[in-house]
Amino acid sequence: MSSSRSVIKVEKMSKLYRLGQVSTGSVSHDLNRWWAGLRGKEDPYLKIGEKNDRLKKGDSEYVWALKDINFEVQQGDILGIIGKNGAGKSTLLKLLSRTTSPTQGSIKVKGRIASLLEVGTGFHPELTGRENIFLNGAILGMNKTEIKRKFDQIVDFAGVERYIDTPVKRYSSGMYVRLAFAVAAHLESEILVIDEVLAVGDLEFQKKCMGKMGDVASEDGKTILFVSHNMQAIQKMCNKGLLLKNGLLSSQGSMDKIIQEYLSDASPNQANVEIDNGQSKELMPGYAMNIQIIDEQQQLIPEIPVGKPWSIKVRYQINTSLESFVFAIGISTELDVAIRTVFTEAHKVLPGQYEAVLSYTDILLSSGKYNLAIGLSNYEKTFAYYPDVACVWISDISDIRNEKIIKTKATGLIINPLNIYVTKIS
Amino acid sequence: MSNQNEEDWDLIIKPRTPFFHFEIKEVWEYRDLLLLMVKRDLTTVYKQTILGPLWFILQPILTTLIFTLIFGEIAGLPTGKMPALLFYLSGLIIWNYFSETLLSTSKTFTDNAAIFGKVYFPRLIMPLAKVISGLLKFFIQFVLFLMVLWFFILFKGLHISVDASFLLIPVLVLLMAGLGLGAGIVLSALTTKYRDLIFLINFGVQLMMYATPVIIPLSDVPSHYQWIMTINPMTSVIETFRYAFLGTGTLDVSGLLYSLIFTTLLLFIGIMVFNKVEKSFIDTV
Repeated sequence: MSSSRSVIKVEKMSKLYRLGQVSTGSVSHDLNRWWAGLRGKEDPYLKIGEKNDRLKKGDSEYVWALKDINFEVQQGDILGIIGKNGAGKSTLLKLLSRTTSPTQGSIKVKGRIASLLEVGTGFHPELTGRENIFLNGAILGMNKTEIKRKFDQIVDFAGVERYIDTPVKRYSSGMYVRLAFAVAAHLESEILVIDEVLAVGDLEFQKKCMGKMGDVASEDGKTILFVSHNMQAIQKMCNKGLLLKNGLLSSQGSMDKIIQEYLSDASPNQANVEIDNGQSKELMPGYAMNIQIIDEQQQLIPEIPVGKPWSIKVRYQINTSLESFVFAIGISTELDVAIRTVFTEAHKVLPGQYEAVLSYTDILLSSGKYNLAIGLSNYEKTFAYYPDVACVWISDISDIRNEKIIKTKATGLIINPLNIYVTKIS
Repeated sequence: MSNQNEEDWDLIIKPRTPFFHFEIKEVWEYRDLLLLMVKRDLTTVYKQTILGPLWFILQPILTTLIFTLIFGEIAGLPTGKMPALLFYLSGLIIWNYFSETLLSTSKTFTDNAAIFGKVYFPRLIMPLAKVISGLLKFFIQFVLFLMVLWFFILFKGLHISVDASFLLIPVLVLLMAGLGLGAGIVLSALTTKYRDLIFLINFGVQLMMYATPVIIPLSDVPSHYQWIMTINPMTSVIETFRYAFLGTGTLDVSGLLYSLIFTTLLLFIGIMVFNKVEKSFIDTV
């Protein structure tokens, strides 16, 4: 027995989806269902659903987007729901927000539940900001008096006072999003179900939203269920977590533990790329075979926690003796801004297999995706060049809670600790 | 873990709902949303138009003039004892209300898929908003009708005999609203899965007008075709409306009763299938 009380209880919940074209053959399926129902039998299509694994092609037309989900949420919890794309996160949110109903099982809720799967649901472009606040608030479940009471706060938070009687179609997209979020942030429901709506607006506003969300939870004792790909946000905000995997509840517990599990679970394929050189590779002077991203323990690691050292390991084949061979590795941002290209000294090589390792230990890159390129040349003539051959993910969660390292891109690509020394000179 | 009874939960989300499930309480809780939706429907339609709400009355006026010209003057169809203009206008405003309600509510799920997919509120709010905003529009057109009627009495010497059937007007309004809503939500539930119906509905409503006394009074229809009109529940609504105001046409109590029973049944079935579909339509829409 704990002192806190459950406000959400999900029991044996499953959701079946039909794949492919909905219209084809649905008349015959409907008839079959109806026939089975008349004879008092179970829906014949419920049995054949398969586990939700996107990568494998199944035989069944039906798939369990979620299967046998059980969990409870206590009052005041901020629950983060994570999982790869297609793991069932959105389905879970849809079920919780009652936009669709479960195939089996039940969800029990105590208190009012409001869902923010999108900001500005029901905003009408022709209506003014004022009218849209009322309309959107009502759609989200507030009544007129509640909205009236919060109206000034909403306008103030969104910072659109001047434009409040202008149709929202004349708003800049930033203003639009701010207004929409402001309405949502002032909901009075006891339970909030939030999808990645925070990934909108400019950085400053995002911070404001995050802060507001945190306040809402801590001050009012609200319960929040939060789905996001932004691990940093999740780690900061949530105290408990759920990890979904192929439609199953993989694990639940403290948020830090869940994030660790999620990261260690990420597919190692991205960290180990076999390079396809085609038919002519034996005719080339040499070619790259394989590239790996590894951590300090020589383990493949597709997602590197920010601030952790990592290395690139490339294996290449040399077919003929080369007099002045140079091997190069380049790293660039997702937008193709070159960060650094590193060359070996020109040297003699004999035919055979080689392995080259480049370690990024001194440069700390901020979170994001980085592209790798490799090149092989002889006498400054490149004979094998592989642009975008692999990518490195630096994730903004960190197990070394080094406060000196600022983790966001706001401070630039390089996040090594740097100090500014100030002296009074006059 | 706390020991809670089943009754402690405010909301239990389950796969199936009871056979007939009509949460009047829930709709009432969202009454503010209903009003705002009505307001939205009325104000957004004519934003950035010069004539604005004048369009509410221009539409029936123009259609009535065309009908009078083509069916009355050129084709020479009989309109009973009443002036052609009043005959067509009265039929048209009722028929327009019914057909617009049916068409707009039949698109409830397909038009609102984006909102319905993101947030929950009683889905019935949307068709109800259409019914109410349509009624306001109807009221404006009704006032127009009264003005034309008054003009005919004052300047054309039209004689009308008003009796107690005048009191049936609210019943007629309820009937046409109920029929439009009932048919609309049944169709809206079906169109989520079978989109073919959308084409059928638009076309069907146009054709259905010819099975009502909008253009030809029931009494002037050859007797062996009359049954087609009498099985149409809108027929007695239009006939009674004309009887109440113009004293012509027929007051057929059994026809009205038939419409009343038909409407009740249709609404019952409508709410039933609407509820069934609203729970999971987002998966098939």
